[in-house]
Amino acid sequence: MKRYNGASPLQKRSRIPGFLAKPSLVVGTVIVVLVVIMAIFPQFIAPYDPIETNTLIQNAAPSAEHIFGTDFYGRDVFSRVVWGARIDLLIGVLGTVVPFFIGGIIGLLAGYYGGVLDSILMRVTDVMMAFPFTILVITIMAILGKGTMNLFIALWLVGWMSYAKLVRSEVLVLKDSEFIQAARVAGFSDARILFRHLLPNVISSAVVFAASDVVMCMLTGASMSFLGLGVQPPTPEWGSILNEGRNFITFAWWTTFFPGLFLAISGVGFSLLGDGLTDFLRTKGR
Amino acid sequence: MSRLQYILKRILQMIPVLLVVTILVFSIVHLIPGEPARLILGDKATPAAVAALTEKLGLNEPLPTQYFLFLKQVLTLDLGTSFKNNLPVADLLAVRFPVTLALTLLSTLISVLISLPLGYFAGTHKDRLGDQVVRTASLVAISMPSFWVGLLLMILFAIKLKWLPAGGWDNTSLWGEFKCLILPAVTQSLMTTALLVRNTRNSVVDITRMDYVDFARSKGISDGQVRSRHVMRNSMISTVTLLSMRMAGTLGGSVIIETVFSIPGIGKLASDAIFGRDYAVVQSVVLLFAVMVLVINLITDILYSLLDPRVSL
Repeated sequence: MKRYNGASPLQKRSRIPGFLAKPSLVVGTVIVVLVVIMAIFPQFIAPYDPIETNTLIQNAAPSAEHIFGTDFYGRDVFSRVVWGARIDLLIGVLGTVVPFFIGGIIGLLAGYYGGVLDSILMRVTDVMMAFPFTILVITIMAILGKGTMNLFIALWLVGWMSYAKLVRSEVLVLKDSEFIQAARVAGFSDARILFRHLLPNVISSAVVFAASDVVMCMLTGASMSFLGLGVQPPTPEWGSILNEGRNFITFAWWTTFFPGLFLAISGVGFSLLGDGLTDFLRTKGR
Repeated sequence: MSRLQYILKRILQMIPVLLVVTILVFSIVHLIPGEPARLILGDKATPAAVAALTEKLGLNEPLPTQYFLFLKQVLTLDLGTSFKNNLPVADLLAVRFPVTLALTLLSTLISVLISLPLGYFAGTHKDRLGDQVVRTASLVAISMPSFWVGLLLMILFAIKLKWLPAGGWDNTSLWGEFKCLILPAVTQSLMTTALLVRNTRNSVVDITRMDYVDFARSKGISDGQVRSRHVMRNSMISTVTLLSMRMAGTLGGSVIIETVFSIPGIGKLASDAIFGRDYAVVQSVVLLFAVMVLVINLITDILYSLLDPRVSL
């Protein structure tokens, strides 16, 4: 189904200057692109091996050779931070994308068919919402054990619910609208109505939520690794580098400062991009 | 329906949720792969010791029996014994819960005191420089990892300036305890403050456009009165919603903040128990967190009905 988005050719032409006129969106895009480049090509950016230790230069302050200094094991902090981008970005993206699909489909089906599936969904979310988000993730980690894969499973088990609830509530609004009734009368299959007619119209609020969810997942993943539950050393991950540096904070602040700074900057980048995307989808909807 | 009846009804509605919560918390021990007793005792334990502990924990009973025993224990507040220090879990919680409660309340108070004036200011100066600065600052605050901010504050205020303790707990005086809570509470409050500023700003922008605000002004009501009685009171409903959600988030975040600052609250207790495989403690703490969230939700619903007479009782 082709949707008319209300944009005249004239408005379409002015979209690119409009995009550039929004500095926050430009800054957000630049940051995210830089993080993605770091994540894909760390070997060309990092000057040293992120895991190789060197006991001769333990906790060395930032210098020309090691611009972010070295950690307790003499590893180059800059190289570790660069390689860390890969895993942190992966946590943010996979922690969001998988729940987006699973939750989206569950919400779509529960909203459209109602009945038992819908009741189960609502009761499950009622109970799960009784636990603070961090507690839920940490408890699942406690059951499954430490490690990167278990961190992903924990994020997926908790994350899908928001998407399911969001999509469900949108479907409930639209499922009796005229264009869906028309599609039913036309004899289209349920699958076609669900994925071709309903989905494109209910997805935008889930996309908006996902944009901020990337930041949440990155921060949660890093916090779990910071606690020692998620990504395990010596794998370079920002939260886990920070945790290793914490013991030397009184005299070697750089091991704590830089990974956190990169985490914060990436978070700001995704937030700016998410805000811009929200504005864009909102104006497009009008 | 009277307000009292409404509150009673809401409490009754909590019971089924609480029951399912206890089932989930009960399952924690059984979902862990492997024998619970072996996990608690470690790899070097003899089979006899494992068998003895399994017997002692009642893990040989059928599952429903075990669950009802667990429920009975919870209802009588007999939460078992901690494996690490042989203390009753209920006693541990009684000592540690007030610390987390104080931390949560202090950080919420900081958030409210900062965010309401700031949000009001940004809302009344929409799209001007002040608004832009406040909005950018809150976006940055939302995106920063709390544990990093906590460590930076610790470097600045404890290690460099030596104004406040770098962590730990000074229980010799109330003032000592308060000083230990300042940095963690400020760190905790950051995300809530930022979200609350955004929310207040947006509601103020929406509400000042309303006819009833113009009407109040044209009646000759003073600016201060319009601000407090018309604008802020109406923005409070969404503020209360957000605040209650964030209080649950703050409680969860206490696991991280209390670990960063070595504060002996239930968050630190939770992370220590997870690493120490002290499952009786893990179960009790998770249950306590859930009960707290349910109580916060109950209070929120009661506040709604006080703030907005339209909320159906």
